[in-house]
Amino acid sequence: MTMNRKDNIRLAWRLFLDKFVWVFMLASTALTISVLAVILGYVVYQGYGYISWSFLTSLPTPVGQGGGGIANALVGSLIVVGIASLMAVPIGIGTAIFLNEYQSRWLGWSVRFLADVFTGVPAIVVGLFAYAMVVQPMGSFSAFSGSVAYAFLMIPILVISAQEALRLVPGEIREAALALGVPVWKTILRIVLPTCSRALMTGLLLAFARALGEASPMLFTAFGNSFWNVSLAKPIATVPLVIYRYATAPYDDWHAQAWAASLILVFIVFVASTLTRLAFRSRLDD
Amino acid sequence: MIDQLPTAHIELEPEQTGKTILEVAALNAYYGKAHAVKNVTLNIRAQAVTAMIGPSGCGKSTLLRCMNRMHEITRGTSVTGKILLDGQDLYGPRVNVTQVRRRVGMVFQKPNPFPTMSIFENVAAGLRLNGVHDRKILNQRVEYSLQMSALWDEVKDRLHRPGMGLSGGQQQRLCIARALAIDPEVLLLDEPCSALDPVSTSKIEELIAELSQNYTIVIVTHNLQQASRVSDYTAFMYLGELIEFSRTEKMFQKPDKKQTEDYITGRFG
Repeated sequence: MTMNRKDNIRLAWRLFLDKFVWVFMLASTALTISVLAVILGYVVYQGYGYISWSFLTSLPTPVGQGGGGIANALVGSLIVVGIASLMAVPIGIGTAIFLNEYQSRWLGWSVRFLADVFTGVPAIVVGLFAYAMVVQPMGSFSAFSGSVAYAFLMIPILVISAQEALRLVPGEIREAALALGVPVWKTILRIVLPTCSRALMTGLLLAFARALGEASPMLFTAFGNSFWNVSLAKPIATVPLVIYRYATAPYDDWHAQAWAASLILVFIVFVASTLTRLAFRSRLDD
Repeated sequence: MIDQLPTAHIELEPEQTGKTILEVAALNAYYGKAHAVKNVTLNIRAQAVTAMIGPSGCGKSTLLRCMNRMHEITRGTSVTGKILLDGQDLYGPRVNVTQVRRRVGMVFQKPNPFPTMSIFENVAAGLRLNGVHDRKILNQRVEYSLQMSALWDEVKDRLHRPGMGLSGGQQQRLCIARALAIDPEVLLLDEPCSALDPVSTSKIEELIAELSQNYTIVIVTHNLQQASRVSDYTAFMYLGELIEFSRTEKMFQKPDKKQTEDYITGRFG
């Protein structure tokens, strides 16, 4: 079979197209990575100078006094997100289990749809809702109301990710356990959940990171606080709130602190994700 | 070993293995409105191998899954009729379904060891999840079950390695060991070799012959040669009905029904 000129042109075109698409994909990947790197690099560059032990361990100081840190906001963030996780994780994973393992397809589909919509609801609207549900009845801003707002943000992410995780567990694994005379609830708890624990943790981390970084739902719930507070009933400082307040204030010193606090936030998410991955790396793979 | 099997089995006379352990009586099974098993009645003999053959969709796997009440875990399914295990109706009103499944074990088409568990944990899973935690009993049962499933020598030095690290054939024997560990009275095998290579298949067949000395085995298979090699009794199903049920030699040499003969000689199915 001989190749005529037309075939040659077609072949050249196809080779060109192949190269072109390859270069395009490479460029897209490079762009994505470099944008991330630039953001991260810039945060490190701006924030690094201000980070010190005293920044992490002291309370904020009035403007002009110099020094001061975010100790109360760090502890506040961990308290608010921690309490939110305690509320959201059982509800989110419980819902996913109920939908996946027990309920009709129709109900599963509709709740899944609602969860999808819910993830798209702006965080500030969630904050407003928590304000109406918790802050108004309680009569004051509080750490607890912040946790409720964060829990609302976390639940749909948890439901969706846990449902995906559960779906990854092959039906044969469930059948194997049921055929051993293991009750359904024990099959889910002892066989299905451990089988997808890593995927569950990834979802949990996603929800945790989302909540940790959100400032807007805290504006009218946790509200912020320049002093020590560990009471759930009182206003509390959180890191994103500090970043928001400091970054929008007209003081250079506060701007620097906002960058440093941002860096701390990124660092916490990084450490949390690394640790959970290490902890949940199956002890059986080597 | 395999060559010897048929002669060994011909020596067995019905009266030697006469005790019936499982009685299926007028059983109907449905998927929604689809009638998968139609009014089947048959008796499974204790300590013998009963094979169920028939073309795809004939209801043989469904019938098997009714025998340990696994049929009902699929949504929209239903069952009428009776299955008596030692005289007790498995579908009776006060029967605990988990208890039924402990007495009637099952091995599936695709090897399905628990992926997060080691070899040891896989075999011990049925005991542990049913509340047995005594280390000594677990060790004993795990070793016994792996011996029975002819896997012990291959895995005894790596009991704490992942079960998923084994070959397909080894995984299937691991699943057999897992089923044996809770000491079932009947073992159901749902096309246990269909995902395996010929060497692994012949190992499982040897194992079935060994196990039939202590256990009652019901095996669903697509492979007619396998049915004739491993079983004492054969049930032929077609379109949900039990067409013929008799001793394997008779079934393969001189079947009563024309349909059976046509299927066995490869004229359909």
